[in-house]
Amino acid sequence: MSGIGSGITGEMKEMTYAFPIEGGDFIKAGHASSNIKKILNQLSLDPAIIRRIAVAMYEAEVNVVAHAYRGSMKVFISPEKIRVRVEDEGPGIPDIEKAMQEGYSTASEKVREMGFGAGMGLSNIKKNTDKLDIRSTINKGTVVEMTTFTKPKEA
Amino acid sequence: MAFHHALKIQEEVCIGCTHCIKACPTEALRVIGGKANLIAERCVDCGECMRVCPVNAIIIEEDDFSKIFNYEYRVALAPSVFIGQFPRNITSRKIYSGMLEDGFTHVYEVEHSTGILKELINNYLAKNPDIRPVISSFCPAIVRLIQVRFPSLVGNILPVKAPLDLAAIAFRKKLADEGIPPEQVGLFYITPCAAKIAAVKSPVGEKKSPINGVINLNTLYNRIYSVIRREEKAYCVVPEKEQLLPDEMVWTLTGGEAKHINGRCLSIDGMSNAIEFLEKLENGTVGNFDYLEMRACDESCAGGILSTNNRFLVSERLHNRAAQYFIDKNEGKIVDNKSILANRDYIIENASLGTIEPRSIMKLDEDMVQAMRKMKKIEKITNFLPGIDCGACGSPTCRALAEDVVQGRARTSDCVFVSIKVKGGESMNQVVDYTEEIWGKDRFRNMLPE
Repeated sequence: MSGIGSGITGEMKEMTYAFPIEGGDFIKAGHASSNIKKILNQLSLDPAIIRRIAVAMYEAEVNVVAHAYRGSMKVFISPEKIRVRVEDEGPGIPDIEKAMQEGYSTASEKVREMGFGAGMGLSNIKKNTDKLDIRSTINKGTVVEMTTFTKPKEA
Repeated sequence: MAFHHALKIQEEVCIGCTHCIKACPTEALRVIGGKANLIAERCVDCGECMRVCPVNAIIIEEDDFSKIFNYEYRVALAPSVFIGQFPRNITSRKIYSGMLEDGFTHVYEVEHSTGILKELINNYLAKNPDIRPVISSFCPAIVRLIQVRFPSLVGNILPVKAPLDLAAIAFRKKLADEGIPPEQVGLFYITPCAAKIAAVKSPVGEKKSPINGVINLNTLYNRIYSVIRREEKAYCVVPEKEQLLPDEMVWTLTGGEAKHINGRCLSIDGMSNAIEFLEKLENGTVGNFDYLEMRACDESCAGGILSTNNRFLVSERLHNRAAQYFIDKNEGKIVDNKSILANRDYIIENASLGTIEPRSIMKLDEDMVQAMRKMKKIEKITNFLPGIDCGACGSPTCRALAEDVVQGRARTSDCVFVSIKVKGGESMNQVVDYTEEIWGKDRFRNMLPE
């Protein structure tokens, strides 16, 4: 596994991993999410939760590949929750609310030809995470933070 | 939990090389004491180890052929790939008469059940639009692979029995309807692979298999081939032989199943291809598919490890036999006598599989905090292993060795590089210097003391 930088803070409270994401490289898209999925499987998380996180992570990774120049995926693992933070250097999202709508996409023709850019990315991420936070600065980049709780939260 | 495995390592033959540990898709093999050892809960009986073993040390256990004579009625449940082993000039009638000569009282092809199965699959797809893609339950090695390596996909497996089980249920019922006492009936499956044996001996999703024993396909091939040669001229007449339809003949070949299923379907064969696709599927990256036909062997059952002849030839022969069917039909040589349809409702009632449980082999510990601790240790150990995955320690990769150490199955000093360092014979600096020529400069820098 390349690109792992694991660190633990405190008494086994949190583990962190970081993977780089390259913009425009669709062949490698999914590399970071795959590696994190492997780790989560080993940490005996519920398979159903892993699948939700895997889908959300992959969507976020593809967003970076499709829209940004470069980025990184960091995951913070604790027994209570999995937090994935995807940061990129790129054009940013002008209207986050609009981008969240199903079917809305600014993907280029080239990206769509590759079967991406259907405008389902962000809404799919939202569906598969418990907490979603997106911050974006035009011409600078975007930070997507997704949190999934490891145990079903009481309402 | 006990797992029945059909694959057996013959210790006296095993030379303790590393071929099998590298080929195993679930990292279920280790070399210990100079011999390959199997970690039972990881093995999915795919037989990849058997394919690469240079000395044929891995064999597939089977029931002794004489076991069939414990029964008054001895039924051979044969897959169509058995017929596909034989050249075209040997008719299926001749093959069956050879089987009767050899001791069976009935021969029934497993694929007779696929017509009903086809209906069941399409119904299930129509009734469960939320489950996509549905993954075929056909190949037991794939079902087990999903259980241990892709636990989140277990819910996608079709909860309908495989053709083999449906055919067994059907034929048992047919004989019961004829007034034959069930305890006098012995059903023996002629298996092209190890996974099907495991499926019979420890079924997934059902309590007990309706099959009484398993005969390896290559064993029977050798027996029948000599019977046929002996009786070149006179062969006994096979009574009311049922004809497999062309689509049924090729069901177990790649694409033979998917082409009957409604919607967007894919046919995937070969273990590494299946793993690659399941990996993508788990990430949700493959788009919307309705049905996946997935078989562990290249060329599906024609490529089973017990298939005597070359998989491409077997596949071609079956396709040719399927084509011959139409010629025979035109000449009026074929009688439509499919007995299975008489019990269609009964088979459908008994076709469901119970729950298929995930049993992840990846979990380092049931408890997440413990798993995190172990993960940390594994990473620490991996960091000072050489990273060349040479297999000299008996584990398939450096990472696997680190996991074995943390799980108490191995010692860090099992690594030859670490061992040299620990035993202090040569200084690590010297070892690293020697190996630079092969592995490149600074390759093992991480192993040197800081």
